[in-house]
Amino acid sequence: MTTRIDRRFAALAAENRAALVTYLMAGDPDPATSLEVFHAMAKAGADVLEIGMAFTDPMADGPSIQAAGLRALQAGMTLKKTLALVADFRKTDNDTPVVLMGYYNPIYVMGVDKFLAAAQEAGVDGLIVVDLPPEEDDELCIPALKAGLNFIRLATPTTDDKRLPSVLNNTSGFVYYVSLTGITGAAIADYGKVGAAVGRIKGHTKLPVAVGFGVKTADNARQIASQADGVVVGTALVDALKKSLDADNKATAGTVEAVASLVRELAGGVSAGRKVAAE
Amino acid sequence: MNQQTPNSFSTGPDDHGRFGIFGGRFVAETLMPLILDLEAAYEQAKTDPAFHAEIAHLHTHYVGRPSPLYLAERLTEHLGGAKVYFKRDELNHTGAHKINNVLGQILLARRMGKKRIIAETGAGQHGVATATACAKYGLECVVYMGAVDVERQKPNVFRMKMLGATVVPVQSGARTLKDAMNEALRDWVTNVENTFYCIGTAAGPHPYPAMVRDFQSIIGKEAKEQVLAAEGRLPDSIIACIGGGSNAIGLFHPFLDDKSVAIYGVEAAGHGLNVENGHAASLAGGKPGVLHGNRTYLLMDDDGQILEGHSISAGLDYPGIGPEHAWLRDVGRVTYLSATDKEALAAFQLCSQLEGIIPALEPAHALAKVMELAPKLPRDHVMVMNMCGRGDKDIFAVAEHLGGM
Ligand SMILES: Cc1ncc(COP(=O)(O)O)c(C=O)c1O
Repeated sequence: MTTRIDRRFAALAAENRAALVTYLMAGDPDPATSLEVFHAMAKAGADVLEIGMAFTDPMADGPSIQAAGLRALQAGMTLKKTLALVADFRKTDNDTPVVLMGYYNPIYVMGVDKFLAAAQEAGVDGLIVVDLPPEEDDELCIPALKAGLNFIRLATPTTDDKRLPSVLNNTSGFVYYVSLTGITGAAIADYGKVGAAVGRIKGHTKLPVAVGFGVKTADNARQIASQADGVVVGTALVDALKKSLDADNKATAGTVEAVASLVRELAGGVSAGRKVAAE
Repeated sequence: MNQQTPNSFSTGPDDHGRFGIFGGRFVAETLMPLILDLEAAYEQAKTDPAFHAEIAHLHTHYVGRPSPLYLAERLTEHLGGAKVYFKRDELNHTGAHKINNVLGQILLARRMGKKRIIAETGAGQHGVATATACAKYGLECVVYMGAVDVERQKPNVFRMKMLGATVVPVQSGARTLKDAMNEALRDWVTNVENTFYCIGTAAGPHPYPAMVRDFQSIIGKEAKEQVLAAEGRLPDSIIACIGGGSNAIGLFHPFLDDKSVAIYGVEAAGHGLNVENGHAASLAGGKPGVLHGNRTYLLMDDDGQILEGHSISAGLDYPGIGPEHAWLRDVGRVTYLSATDKEALAAFQLCSQLEGIIPALEPAHALAKVMELAPKLPRDHVMVMNMCGRGDKDIFAVAEHLGGM
């Protein structure tokens, strides 16, 4: 069974391009703007959309994404509405892979079976659930894989060789390498180490490896793209969106373009990365 | 609820850190290797006589254990029913039961070679206990505390600073205990290599709930011996307040398989259980969910968003509860009650005036239910309440509620 994620990474590999994976919170600052922004990002060169599911207690996120979640919740966002947003997006875009990212509690409270059915119906391709390590695979990972969704796992600098196989075991779609021990929004200290870490993971899996946490500029993206199959950008996009809002955190005429233009820059960086590497 | 009654109530958790469906290890991958290391280190320490000897030595010479079991005569007379004993953990060094757990964890941190200790705190008692142990052992100490709690527990903030700890006021969310725990987890994810997270209650990812319970079980072990000595028999009931549930599980655990002993936990009912988002009683008003590394009863909305809750007591103001309590409730071994802010304030005053003991606002909640239960019970009913903290930290906050003094 292949998903849009599998097909997208295969197509990019054939073109010798890394994927630009972009993260934004669903419903930030409101569902209608959010939908427009997601379409604009896909047009501007985002290859995979990671869409955040708002949660009151995002324990692995820094201040930017915490605030984005609160803006979404204040705009009345719920897990149901996040799924509805994806369904709306799918009405006019049947190609761009969508990964939902967040925390387990809202999913658990909705009910795993009900959530998986709704996610599939909406056109979700994969899930990243930060607080479900392999030790808790029975909760959601295995049911999600059975339902035909990708379950994308985070590997981190603390995931040693002994642990990697169990982390990769039920992972599908791609592996998300978190480039630092830290929360979202922190900065990568050492780009030199990323290639080696990606190599280490690739020694254990055939899945594409995307690298995230700390990528902010086109130049960062270029450096990562030369060493990995995908580049994940979150906080920088959330910040660009936030900067375009008015004093009451409402969308302005510039909001969609503020995000789209950063995506274009990042996409440029990502393609430049592979050209350098190929030479 | 529809689970079978187990043969023993004291054998949990299982290998996955579960008490029935509760507990578990719901943490980010970054923390998982460390949590497994911690579990291994704790399993090893548990079977090492030297570790237990070190703790016993500290109990005697540093904490001042055993804490007395005290017959509250005038209170008993006043209530006119059950004979009420206090297990006086408020006499411990640093003024609460929190030190029992902290010393165990800090000794473990030392064994693991960790030099930097972080903690979350609500009332500040766990923060003070952690800062104390870190001072004693020369370890760096960072304490996360909700900005609201920094305000309402000022004396403890000053004590922590005096002891050399860095206190970080947390501005996110409701700026109370839950948010302090989020921030401590963020610190831990960032500094996982050199940092030990000293959790202050019997909650969090496995092995914390079991480990904290084990360190606090000294309360129940002593109480059992003491009541046997004083009365020649087991108590008829035992009772304790519940924030995350550490002082309560510490008292309860050694009695769980003594079927004749009725066990009561008391949650914080704040402004009242019927006031939306106005209490911190996660068993009475919550449902099962996943937060801070474990599955347990949580206060939340229909979408699974965590509510902030309220209690006059900073130490009970938490929207969750340790997973073992969640299980003990579902299997019916422990009865969980709740006391409002008002009831706790009344108990606070009564105890001060009748016994010359100013209780912390947390155990004042347990006392409020003692005041309700005891009068209806016969005079030969023996009841033990955990007086788990002293009220010095609360006097300014209480003065404000009572309209100044
Ligand atoms: C004196 C006292 N009692 C009780 C508590 C609540 O914690 P727990 O339920 O873990 O005992 C606290 C927490 O700060 C406390 O300081």
